[in-house]
Amino acid sequence: MANERYDAVVVGAGMSGLAAGIRLAQYDKRVVVLDRHALWGGLNSFYKRGGRRYDTGLHALTNWAPPGEKSTPLPKLLRQLRIPREELDLAEQGFSEVRVGGARLTFGNGSASIEEAVARAFPSEIDGFKRLVQAVKEHDPFGARPDGGAARARLAQWIHDPLLVECLLVPVAFYGSAREDEVEWDLFVVLFRSMFLEGLARPVGGIKTLLDALRRRLVECGGELRMRAGVARILLNERQAASGVLLDGGEVLECERVLSSAGRVETLRLCGLDSPAEHLGRLSFCETTSILARPTAALGHGATMVFFALDERFAYRRPNGLVDATSGVVCASDNYQRHEYGDAGVYRVTCLANHDLWSGLHDEEYAAAKLRCADEMLAAAGKVALDPRPHTTAFDMFTPKTIRRYTGPHGGAVYGSPAQARDGHVGVERLHLVGTDQGTLGLVGSLLSGVAAANRHVLMAPTT
Amino acid sequence: MNREEIILAIKDIIQTIAPDEDLSELKTDVRLRDQIELDSMDFLDIVMELRKRYGVQVPEEDYKELATLDGCVAYLAPHMQGKTLKVGV
Repeated sequence: MANERYDAVVVGAGMSGLAAGIRLAQYDKRVVVLDRHALWGGLNSFYKRGGRRYDTGLHALTNWAPPGEKSTPLPKLLRQLRIPREELDLAEQGFSEVRVGGARLTFGNGSASIEEAVARAFPSEIDGFKRLVQAVKEHDPFGARPDGGAARARLAQWIHDPLLVECLLVPVAFYGSAREDEVEWDLFVVLFRSMFLEGLARPVGGIKTLLDALRRRLVECGGELRMRAGVARILLNERQAASGVLLDGGEVLECERVLSSAGRVETLRLCGLDSPAEHLGRLSFCETTSILARPTAALGHGATMVFFALDERFAYRRPNGLVDATSGVVCASDNYQRHEYGDAGVYRVTCLANHDLWSGLHDEEYAAAKLRCADEMLAAAGKVALDPRPHTTAFDMFTPKTIRRYTGPHGGAVYGSPAQARDGHVGVERLHLVGTDQGTLGLVGSLLSGVAAANRHVLMAPTT
Repeated sequence: MNREEIILAIKDIIQTIAPDEDLSELKTDVRLRDQIELDSMDFLDIVMELRKRYGVQVPEEDYKELATLDGCVAYLAPHMQGKTLKVGV
């Protein structure tokens, strides 16, 4: 068949791309969602090894909402996608912790829980913290302005103890800041709400449960999902507006609009355009998954998530070495209230890593470096949670190199470019960014960005 | 389509968008968003469903006309003439 014509081509079958595809297909737009890889989900996907499924990305689905709640992001998102909540089979976290220096916040879902945690650990700060919560609730993080400034400086308005400031910044940074040494205020507000005021949950079955629901809905609405269909170029017409895509295999798909979830820098590169060096993301991660002989809680570790920094002030930046094990995230997937793991424990540790160093290693060096770094990370986890090594029956690990190879972001930068294009514009007509580089983070944020872009740029656009 | 059918058509669209809402007690002269949880994204969906089901185009500046069921009837009646009610689609 000669050049197909679509209302929209979506580059990348991650959360934002799938959500955009569903919205468009739902209203009879001819849409195809393309991805280079065999499995959809992008950074939030899974792979199989030794007969076992390993999730990538998903530790927790943020924005937990109790059944019946309708006005918060998660139920609104599901309504827009027309995916019944039951299909996600969400299990709430038990409790989670922030451990920074000697401080410890233990919290569950909902704003009352984090307020109690602060009152316990930082009694003199609770009044200021309540004012912060109020400010976060009242702030509109999606208002049209360039930037909200640094969260650390803002937090000092309400919080005097720098250790508590750090406790609030560690989880938010790890859950989605693309900038080194800084969390931007609007991002802080979005993530603080979604992690603390709403809360953490996980679909039973892991990311596959969500991916199956998204694919089912896309196909049910008449959208196409094409895997192993990598986009080699975004084609521009004589007016320098996007007019289609060229696939790796040489096929051309023509379209009215291109929605790209490939990232800001990567999308411009697909158009043949360069980006300034400061737009390149620098933050990447290593993650270990240990399968444990017994449930994690039975081994003495009860928390679902632990966001940690061993020092009182943490360095959220590209490490000078391969990995920085002095801060990170620990997730015991079997410490959700329900899960599919039976009597095994599933224990993950995530730390900042340096993509360029990992990429420069030869094969044997790479394998040895993985072992060495895993040891560092698991030992660090042992200081704030559990050292899983004595209990491990199976183990795997990904590095920035793995991220780059399988999902394609420049520098393995999972949170994308520090220069976000909130309105989705990158200076090319009929081309819109969706996903991380719009400044929306977490699975729910990414899905919402796809919904919003489809609504604004295609459904509400004047008919052509 | 007469008044009752237009109200039925709108209610069926809302039920599709928001299956968890109870629409049995909806008053026709009170703003929909004061009676059930509907935000601007949901209003976009009402408009998109009207286009999909009945071929009726509602420009963005007219969304406000759809605030109440009575408003929907007044605004849509001329556009819905001769159209067949589609429910449960």
